[in-house]
Amino acid sequence: MECQRCHNRPATVHLTQLLNGEKTEIHVCEQCAKEKGYMHDHEENFILNDLLTGLFNFETKHSLKGHPHSAPSPKEQLKCPNCGLTFQEFAKAGKFGCAECYKTFDDKLNPILRRVHSGNTRHDGKIPRREGGNLHLKRQMDEYKSDLQRLIEQEEFEEAAKVRDEIRSLDSQLHQRGEED
Amino acid sequence: MSLQQFMNEAISPWMKEDGPDSDIVLSSRIRLARNFSNTPFPTISSEEQLEKVLTFFNNEFQDQSFRDYKQFEVVKMNELQPIEKRVLVEKHLISPHLTENSAHSASLISQNEQVSIMINEEDHIRIQLYFPGFQLDRALEQASQLDDWLEEKIDYAFDEKRGYLTACPTNVGTGMRASVMMHLPALAMTQQINRMTPAINQLGLVVRGIYGEGSEAVGNIFQISNQITLGKSEEDIVEDLHSVVKQLIDQERRARQALLHRSGIQIEDRIFRSYGVLKHSRIIESKEAAKCLSDLRLGIDLGFIDHVPQTILNELMVLTQPGFLQQYAKETLSPSERDVRRASLIRERLQLENKE
Repeated sequence: MECQRCHNRPATVHLTQLLNGEKTEIHVCEQCAKEKGYMHDHEENFILNDLLTGLFNFETKHSLKGHPHSAPSPKEQLKCPNCGLTFQEFAKAGKFGCAECYKTFDDKLNPILRRVHSGNTRHDGKIPRREGGNLHLKRQMDEYKSDLQRLIEQEEFEEAAKVRDEIRSLDSQLHQRGEED
Repeated sequence: MSLQQFMNEAISPWMKEDGPDSDIVLSSRIRLARNFSNTPFPTISSEEQLEKVLTFFNNEFQDQSFRDYKQFEVVKMNELQPIEKRVLVEKHLISPHLTENSAHSASLISQNEQVSIMINEEDHIRIQLYFPGFQLDRALEQASQLDDWLEEKIDYAFDEKRGYLTACPTNVGTGMRASVMMHLPALAMTQQINRMTPAINQLGLVVRGIYGEGSEAVGNIFQISNQITLGKSEEDIVEDLHSVVKQLIDQERRARQALLHRSGIQIEDRIFRSYGVLKHSRIIESKEAAKCLSDLRLGIDLGFIDHVPQTILNELMVLTQPGFLQQYAKETLSPSERDVRRASLIRERLQLENKE
């Protein structure tokens, strides 16, 4: 396949951009990719960050739909109380300023994260031992509850009773911890 | 002195160990991005805040050991010469990004160079751990233990919903990038890798060529890594990667056999020509060197060449890069001077091996 831009060299960089459900495919050679800013010169670090900025800007535009000429109202000018980063600045750089930014911009994050992480918005991995707090127990509780549901559906009541007892014991642990906090 | 040790040898001690499937998989890497909960990310934090993070590591983890990794050495970026920085990048001990914000950044490097903990890169902490060959599971297990060890002393930025919070939304969640470096000459020669890439992308994984001095992928070395960090557990991500890499290994082996069967004499010719170029040329550019080293490696794997050990190829891959050549020459070299040095270094190294 030849490069879409220079029509000279073979296309070795292949990008798929998903915007508003519409898929655009870009096939260019490395030189053109660099010239177009899809790729940093000395870093293997791809394209992704540059593409991201485009996604965020889209997000900003999208939220102002219907008022193309009006400046963002103070309400829309979200600003992180901890580090002072505004949503506009975040959208421009594609980088958060601090942990608090995730809470500040929370309402706007799901569509962005969904695009970047193939539809996922929630963490399903490791939980740190100390910072994780009760999360370990809560996860365990969720697992027990779905086990219980399954066992009841399968009419395995003896097993279900055991799981129910586990849930009770976990529940009391959670309550205890809650009181300690 | 330890910095000198990191600079002297082209290949890290851990690379000398043999790993599973090491004819095709050069190394497995896990990288974890972590941040302090109460400090702005390095992207916007003040000089004082960056310095505070650095001092913390200097006090708490300098000369500390974790498991088999003996003492960690703090290598501060502002104390390095440009060539030294380049050498550490070529050895993959630090990232190019770390050298850009030199004033308050550093790396804690373990004695065998298997672990490096980058401080004040894009995130406060980037834990990086390598294993020889195809050993992602082991790499993940140890990276996770190392992470627990750090977490005993550090309050991480973590959120129940979003997981480990990072400066860039592409890393949030597990903060983990798992990657595998593969030598895929037969899949590259037959253009099969280009056809497989879109399918691999659909699984949330990325295939990249490794870039040398020039702008094109060289040496038939490809990196496969995960793109998604949210909504999947670390183990699931590694498992996905594992199954794709396993298939690539099988496909590469099959493609090699098919090539041998269909055009054995052409392959043999190509391998020995490349060997000839490496043994006799007086000027060689990095791109040509990488291509010939890839052919020679294939020649060893296919049994055409039996007196050159693979470790020499790993060594030459690193040694023939600009930073190392200049470190070796103890002076700054122009590109054409480097090409001459590169040729003589390769000749010397291959001849040494023939005599042994």
